[in-house]
Amino acid sequence: PLNSERLLIKGAKIVNDDQSLFADIYMEDGLIKQIGENLIVPGGVKTIDAQGRMVMPGGIDVHTRFQMPDRGMTAADDFYQGTCAALAGGTTMIIDHVVPECGIGLLAAFNQWRDWADSKSCCDYSLHVDITEWHRGIQEDMETLVKDHGVNSFLVYLAYKDVFQLTDSQIYEVFSVIRDLGAVAQVHAENGDIIAEEQHRILDLGITGPEGHVLTHPEEVEAEAVNRSVTVANQTNCPLYITKVMSKSAADVIAQARKKGTVVFGEPITASLGTDGSHYWSKNWAKAAAYVTSPPLSPDPTTPDYLSSLLSCGDLQVTGSAHCTFSTAQRAVGKDDFTLIPEGTNGTEERMSIIWDKCVVTGKMDENQFVAVTSTNAAKIFNLYPRKGRVAVGSDADLVLWDPDITKIISAKSHNLAVEYNIFEGMEVRGAPLVVISQGKIVLEDGTLHTTEGSGRYVARKPYPDYVYKRIKARSRLAELRGVPRGLYDGPVCEVSVTPKAVTPASSAKTSPAKQPTQPVRNLHQSGFSLSGAQIDDNVPRRNTQRIVAPPGGRANITSLG
Amino acid sequence: MYFRTKKNKKTLLDRLLIKGGRIVNDDQSFYADIYMEDGLIKQIGDNLIVPGGVKTIEANGKMVIPGGIDIHTHFQMPYRGTTTVDDFTQGTKAALAGGTTMIVDHVIPDPGCSLVEAFERWREWADDKACCDYSLHVDITHWNDSVKQEVEVLLKEKGVNSYQVYMAYKDLYQMSNSELYEIFTFLGELGGIVQVHAENGEIIAEEQARMLGMGITGPEGHVLSRPEELEAEAVFRAVTIASQTNCPLYVTRVMSKSAADIISQARKKGNVVFGEPITASLGTDGTHYWSKNWAKAASYVTSPPLSPDPTTPDYLNTLLASGDLNVTGSAHCTFSVAQKAIGKDDFTQIPEGVNGVEERMSLIWDKAVVTGKMDENMFVAVTSTNAAKILNLYPRKGRIAIGSDSDLVIWDPDVVRTITAKTHNSAAEYNVFEGMELRGAPTLVVCQGKIILEDGKLQATSGSGRFIPCSPFPDFAYKRVKARKQLAVLRAVPRGMYDGPVSDFTPMSRGGTPSASARTSPTKAPIRNLHQSGFTLAGPEEAPIRPAGRRIVVPPGGRSNITSLS
Repeated sequence: PLNSERLLIKGAKIVNDDQSLFADIYMEDGLIKQIGENLIVPGGVKTIDAQGRMVMPGGIDVHTRFQMPDRGMTAADDFYQGTCAALAGGTTMIIDHVVPECGIGLLAAFNQWRDWADSKSCCDYSLHVDITEWHRGIQEDMETLVKDHGVNSFLVYLAYKDVFQLTDSQIYEVFSVIRDLGAVAQVHAENGDIIAEEQHRILDLGITGPEGHVLTHPEEVEAEAVNRSVTVANQTNCPLYITKVMSKSAADVIAQARKKGTVVFGEPITASLGTDGSHYWSKNWAKAAAYVTSPPLSPDPTTPDYLSSLLSCGDLQVTGSAHCTFSTAQRAVGKDDFTLIPEGTNGTEERMSIIWDKCVVTGKMDENQFVAVTSTNAAKIFNLYPRKGRVAVGSDADLVLWDPDITKIISAKSHNLAVEYNIFEGMEVRGAPLVVISQGKIVLEDGTLHTTEGSGRYVARKPYPDYVYKRIKARSRLAELRGVPRGLYDGPVCEVSVTPKAVTPASSAKTSPAKQPTQPVRNLHQSGFSLSGAQIDDNVPRRNTQRIVAPPGGRANITSLG
Repeated sequence: MYFRTKKNKKTLLDRLLIKGGRIVNDDQSFYADIYMEDGLIKQIGDNLIVPGGVKTIEANGKMVIPGGIDIHTHFQMPYRGTTTVDDFTQGTKAALAGGTTMIVDHVIPDPGCSLVEAFERWREWADDKACCDYSLHVDITHWNDSVKQEVEVLLKEKGVNSYQVYMAYKDLYQMSNSELYEIFTFLGELGGIVQVHAENGEIIAEEQARMLGMGITGPEGHVLSRPEELEAEAVFRAVTIASQTNCPLYVTRVMSKSAADIISQARKKGNVVFGEPITASLGTDGTHYWSKNWAKAASYVTSPPLSPDPTTPDYLNTLLASGDLNVTGSAHCTFSVAQKAIGKDDFTQIPEGVNGVEERMSLIWDKAVVTGKMDENMFVAVTSTNAAKILNLYPRKGRIAIGSDSDLVIWDPDVVRTITAKTHNSAAEYNVFEGMELRGAPTLVVCQGKIILEDGKLQATSGSGRFIPCSPFPDFAYKRVKARKQLAVLRAVPRGMYDGPVSDFTPMSRGGTPSASARTSPTKAPIRNLHQSGFTLAGPEEAPIRPAGRRIVVPPGGRSNITSLS
């Protein structure tokens, strides 16, 4: 009964990422069936008159953390509350992060998240899986998730020392596995080692409030980690996706890497596009704590404008909310020590309107680019396109009737969230959804939400998204390394004492724990494992790199466009 | 022994007059005579009144420049039971032949061994054999409390103000980010210079395994497993940590365009960072790694490797001329073919290092001055003066001025020489600049007031070189650092107590990783405590005791970032 609804939108200005055009849209069974003028539709169909207003693909929030567990607590917005807020803002699909506790395994955690979301989510959803530790079992879980469970993106942490953080060697190995699986490597980019040192120092100085959070996470530390992950991604020929781009310098590193040809995508979030980090110095502890997230909001108040500009020019491509909310009482766990404050900000409901207000109203981008950064690009990167992210025949009937003239004042009093603070409190934004259609059903109309708990479907994603992997594949075909054929060296050879390498007492501790299983890991790469969903990719060489043998006199660096 | 005695009897009585020379310092050039006595410059000017019978050299209007300082050498370096072929005698002779009158060598203590003992061992070797003045950098190859105390001893009592850390050589010399942070913090307080060997050792280790796995075992594997991005990445990280800890940074061996770019960007943002390209990166490239002659290919093996991009030398010379890179060394570290052949079946076993101490001055003259990229004054800056400033030896070294050491070179810009292993002063069979024709060479070299090179003849004396102690807090690096420390006061926001409800939570769920203890730097807690031990510096300056960041409390609505010049 759910999908049997029929719906007609008349007189719409259809806005896709490439063009806008006037037409009617007919939907049935949750799919778009016809687009055009004078459509022949069954009688008695519910009809919405768009009156020339914009109808665009529903937003995709690529980054949410609903119901996220943190030290025995749970994020205040669960999948029901969170997806309601998303729909109220014009977002019809979310991609949540599975954060496995160490030792649990990716698969078990994934199933846990599926349970939670299937029972509560009101819109379609998919799941990223975070790699919070690294050993052979994790690699097997990743293969299973890609093959059997429709996961094509994994996130690694360069921060959270001694909890989630991986070493450079581990990241190299994870990226190699991700590339072989045809998935996208996501990175939480901050240098956790430096942060840990700074936290000690700042606490020693007697700074315990939320301002300590931003003082210990300077933006350089974010930019450094972005730069390092770009380097590892280039080495491993693995597509890279930077979550939560919060600062100018991190965004600059991404923009530079793209100019050099790196396949890298940057995701600013609602918070970094809409507000800044000056509030960490608020005298109201609860308010200051509400802004705590990592990487932190930049204290530089020109940051949101800068990030909006890069989003408009294409240097940054997708937007999420990183919606992860905690109540004041939950935040207060860190009232005497900022390092204990649970991290995360709101933004899933405000995302579309804030981007419209900051980017489209100001003339930085047009309505088509707006669709690209709020929906289409996300669908392309995560292989959901054109089912999601486009108004086209055959696509899912996830649509938004957008009114650019509505003005709203964001406030915790009226938001659809379970928390006491809204970090955009008092902000006046232009542009909002009038009607929201999810799975062919009207879920928002006349300012009223009609959501159904548990109606959201899990959307499986195949590996090797074209938008990402076409270039990667071309590069791996070029990347063949050969040794130089030489006669055997038959001259004298100096005698040496036994290699002193690895005499360091600390060397075993320094070696990554994943190092020993490296051999089996490497062998698995060549085990002839093939992806069930990836029929076209069997010809892709497994081990590949972006470099080729340089002939004397020069080398062609194919990651360099110059 | 002979020389020890002579020294005691003040045998540096040599008196010397250079007439009619054009004195070239880093700031200006002018015509004047120079009178030297006891190894010092005593008078500069026209019509000097000098004692009779002084040996006089007619410069005929040629340039007289401060002797070069090669800030990076590895003479007589032990390597797995063998030693580099150029010892301190051979090495300093080659230096003098090229117009360099002072070298700074690297002490490399075995991990786990005493830094001071290693330092004393290097002192013995060099005192015995060096033919010119020298100083020493000490490499920090492991990190704990006792190393820290030794560094303090070396800095305060032994005359070492620069320390190198390695971001490469995994499981051997490589330091973690946390260790780097602690070392930078520590040296920033004591007034030392942090030098980094910048390459990401973790990725290199992965790439090496991959190359060997593919069957690539020759020298080309060396450069394939160390792409220049890995160098640039490490430079970027080192800059970040130096900026966090407000510590001056010195990047040794800038070998690639992208690493140099990171340094110049960081300098534009206000970071106190110095970059050291070497003779090899300024003069040749990495295409030779693909040579069919194994021995030749192996002779180019050094880390970071020479870039296969043949436009690199020109680019680095341009940045050196523009001031984005500041000093030049040779990283002279030569092995014989038989020694290199240790790695004939596995490029990771090839001992690393190239020649360059003799060729450095001529090569820079040819590539940078002859081409019009820099003038003669800038040439003096990058070959001598800037190094002296960083080492806190200026103006004793690096300048022609009254009171300075009489280490001088008469430079002839018109001499043309062809570099070849047949004639070079190194003991190595290969020269990485083989066949290169260079304009510009020293015609006369004066070291400690004595003529060492004249008419193409070298008259150097083993053991005559003195150790020159370097004191901490060189102005060139630390004036800015000190000013920033004074600005950098962090304050907490005064707030009423939060007295609302507090959620229950499981406190220890974070940090439950099994490997957490292994990942944490073992040296952490004790080091922190030392920072607050009330230790003060012996030097005249009132140095800040606490680690100071470069940031200040941000008032809502904006912050002033003092590392940003805008």
